[in-house]
Amino acid sequence: MTFDQLLQNLANGISLGALYALIAIGYTMVYGILRLINFAHGDIVMIGAYAAFYGVAMFILPWWISFPLAILLTTGLGMIIERVAYRPLREYPRINLFTSAVAVSFLLENLANVIFGGRPKAFERPAFMNEMITIGNTQVVSYTPFIIITAVVLFGGLLYIVNRTKVGMAMRALSKDIEATGLMGINTDRIILFSFMLGSALAAAGGILWATKFPQINPWMGVMPGLKAFIAAVLGGIGNITGAVIGGFLLGLTEIMVVAFFPSLSGYRDAFAYTILILLLLFRPTGIMGEMQAEKV
Amino acid sequence: MSSRKLFSMLMSLVILASLLVGCQPAAPQAPAAPPTQAPAAQEPAAPAPAEKPAEIVIGVYEPMSGAQAAGGQQTMQGVNLAYEQKKEVLGVPIKMVLVDNRSDKAEAATAMTRLINQEKAIAVVGSYGSSNSMAGGEVSEKAGIPVMGCSPTNPLVTQGKHYYFRACFIDPFQGRVMAKYAVENGIKKVAIIQNISQDYSVGLAAFFKQSWNELTGSMDGIVSETSYQDGDQDFTAQLGAIGDAEAIYAPGYFGDAALLIKQAREMGFKGLFMGSDAWEAPELVSIGGPATEGAVFSSHYSAEAATTPASKPFVEAFQAKYNEVPSAMAALGYDAYMLVIDAIERANSFDPKAIRDAMAATKDFPGVTGSITINENGDAVKDAVVLVVKDGEFKYLSTVKP
Amino acid sequence: MKKRRNLILTLAALILFGGFLYYAQHTFNPYILRILNLCAVFTIFAVTFNLIFGYTGQFSLGHAGFAAVGAYVAALLTMSAAQKSANFFLKPIISPLANVEIPFLPALLLAGLFASVVGSLVAWPALRLRGDYLAIATLGFSEIIRILLVNLQPITNGALGLKGIPSYTNLYWSWGAALVCIFIIKSLINTSYGRAMSAIRDDEVAAEALGVSLFKHKMMAFAVSAFFVGVAGALMANLISTIDPKVFLFFLTYQIVGITVMGGMGSLTGSTIAAILYTVFLEALRPIESPFTIGPLNIPGIPGMRMVLFSILLLTVILFYRRGLMGTNEFSWDWLIGLFHRKDTALAAPTGGAEK
Repeated sequence: MTFDQLLQNLANGISLGALYALIAIGYTMVYGILRLINFAHGDIVMIGAYAAFYGVAMFILPWWISFPLAILLTTGLGMIIERVAYRPLREYPRINLFTSAVAVSFLLENLANVIFGGRPKAFERPAFMNEMITIGNTQVVSYTPFIIITAVVLFGGLLYIVNRTKVGMAMRALSKDIEATGLMGINTDRIILFSFMLGSALAAAGGILWATKFPQINPWMGVMPGLKAFIAAVLGGIGNITGAVIGGFLLGLTEIMVVAFFPSLSGYRDAFAYTILILLLLFRPTGIMGEMQAEKV
Repeated sequence: MSSRKLFSMLMSLVILASLLVGCQPAAPQAPAAPPTQAPAAQEPAAPAPAEKPAEIVIGVYEPMSGAQAAGGQQTMQGVNLAYEQKKEVLGVPIKMVLVDNRSDKAEAATAMTRLINQEKAIAVVGSYGSSNSMAGGEVSEKAGIPVMGCSPTNPLVTQGKHYYFRACFIDPFQGRVMAKYAVENGIKKVAIIQNISQDYSVGLAAFFKQSWNELTGSMDGIVSETSYQDGDQDFTAQLGAIGDAEAIYAPGYFGDAALLIKQAREMGFKGLFMGSDAWEAPELVSIGGPATEGAVFSSHYSAEAATTPASKPFVEAFQAKYNEVPSAMAALGYDAYMLVIDAIERANSFDPKAIRDAMAATKDFPGVTGSITINENGDAVKDAVVLVVKDGEFKYLSTVKP
Repeated sequence: MKKRRNLILTLAALILFGGFLYYAQHTFNPYILRILNLCAVFTIFAVTFNLIFGYTGQFSLGHAGFAAVGAYVAALLTMSAAQKSANFFLKPIISPLANVEIPFLPALLLAGLFASVVGSLVAWPALRLRGDYLAIATLGFSEIIRILLVNLQPITNGALGLKGIPSYTNLYWSWGAALVCIFIIKSLINTSYGRAMSAIRDDEVAAEALGVSLFKHKMMAFAVSAFFVGVAGALMANLISTIDPKVFLFFLTYQIVGITVMGGMGSLTGSTIAAILYTVFLEALRPIESPFTIGPLNIPGIPGMRMVLFSILLLTVILFYRRGLMGTNEFSWDWLIGLFHRKDTALAAPTGGAEK
């Protein structure tokens, strides 16, 4: 492999990783607070992409109105899902929440299939994301830096909210102990709802960026990115936002590099990802950044 | 509390049981229902047109939900159009029943049983996806109900089956068509990128290689072989491994292909893209954009070089109804339905066995996808065409005889 | 006295059920038979998931992988040599497998055994993990198994799948296996092993402190579960006669988890009922997709609508029957009789596995 090719692969791996990271953050936030593996998260990504698509294609909005609007709509959907499908089950065994998430995921996919149709739709890239940039012998399209920059900005914003604001403090408190936080006079319902809003907004942003990078959207487009982002979240230490970002980049780079270095093993690519995941879990069960939790007796 | 819950649960169970019995038209009373017990051969000989049934049922099983829904929905566009044009046969109205097989094997088998035993279909059309077709084929074979497949191209589908036919050609032929095209156009180095989780893609890639070997005398020209899986959208790493290939052969579905082509061009690949019939959908161009310009693929027909008089009116009717260019799947769906009707007419009977025999004897049927002759395996023997994307449209390039 | 009465009742019920199966196998049409067979397969899936999660507390998402192992083993062992050579037209099958053809019973047992070995191999490292981490690791293993099936063409025929698997599965096999599975798991739960498993579920640290071997009991739950999952996979392969790796996507595991939760974690009766309801409902909702007329209104069928409605139903059950349809209750004769004597023994409602 030449150095140019390596650079090219690096660029591709990082932009794929940035997308995984954005989606993984939503997983990890919800998990950190509710201990819920929100399997509907990938489908929220899909809804975000569709909302942006219809904004542009049907209502002929320019992208800078359509994209934020799509994020807003998807955020609303995330709130509704939390309110209807998750909140009533909060007191029950976590397997109920998990199943509820799976049911919501089925519902979103099948609704999308009926309403939007199963055939893939062409997502139109805004013109400024379609420029070729040539650096040396490496070619990238302008969406690559855009995706990376957006991801970094969103991640920074999120870190600010979590670490520097009152809501963020409440969120951190919730992830330690929901009950005690409630006793401190914090409205836990509202904070949980807020976390879902944030997670869904990031998922929608991830979905839109995903669709600009891979301009083909269909009702099942969220399944694989969802699963991959989930793996990324676990790699990084589920519940840890920085970990999710690291996990996302790690997974994106691994996926590209495995195929780049061993083309003949490309059929086994996902097996590599899972093997790394399992090995990591065995030797560092809480992921790269996860805290070791003391067993509560 | 808990016992009350249990009771309500039991009640719902009872209601369900009655539902099940309800949707099963008197099964116990009809233990000797012919199609269920033995191949329909035992059924009384074909009813003379004098004793016409009130209506006959033609079943359709397609993936309308699940991962393959796109293909099922495309196929149904064609089937629905055909049904609109041909609502009765031998003077008897047709009832078309569509069941969803959810892109799932177990469900495809159940769906086929439902068509045969509940809906009493005398012939069936379907299914997109060889995997679903194979599951249905096991059932129809036992029941003795003829099936006309629209687009399952895996050779296994009709192999050893007396009641399964198909309107499309099979993977080995299509793989050869493109290998031949490449060699004839002076391509010396090809990279293959296959979807390893799709039998369709794996089969085509294998047959392409085989033909390449036969035509050039060695495998040296295949410079790289890589794979991806269902749901993958990033092909940059696979594309990075193609080395100095002059062409990429990527048999797969149009959605994947469009992304692959786009990414390859973005990475600076200047060569030729070669594909297969599953590329023929307007979305290939709308998703892939200008990058798809010049891509070539094998397919079933072209309205331009219409080999049969049926093609042109079909394309016009299709555009009038859906306001879009028909995909290959839609055209095959249309043909499969029409082939069933044709078989019933030639059999002059509603007896599944007679329809089966007529289907097997199909010769030079003027389908929209070409002149169709069913061979001894139950596969359609017909020409393939090579199409090229030009100015965002699929243009005819050449015809390849089987 | 009561014990003897219950035994007699159980035997009577079994005979009645056997009679029903006999009647069904000979009179019902293939469509109903197919649904009843699928009911049995999903019953085994749900009951085994219940053993691992409901009774032992180990959140494992590996069912699809274990089922795949069972299905492929049984398929390759029961297919005729001719079928195999016809199937493997791209890459020939490796030699020792090409000519093997054995009857269904040993094939079923071997399928179970293989799945059990694979289950134990997966469990061995994975059991060092707890809770959700275990779920993720087992999900990963299950996907790795599927990726191997796709790639190992000379053994599995890859994505092309296998077809022409003899359709041995009938009601006797499927429901026979389901009953044996329920009986063995039920018995296991009532032994000291079973109580150790429940102890692990309730509190691992406390159980270990009391001298319960975590490893041994978790392993046992996995091995027994995987065995029957493998058998169910084999039944499925020999029911639909054709399999390919896509049948065993993680989607299958989700379905199984959904069924088990709907039935109630810790209730074998619930798992059985939910598995039956699930399979039947999927079919019973079909008419929604075909066009129908209400008076002057002609409503065209909307393909795909069935799955939407089905998801809503699933969600409703989860939201409103929060402990599942059965909670942790089991069916028992005492309870059934209690139901008839309700007025006298108003509060005789069962609380927990009372069948002895």
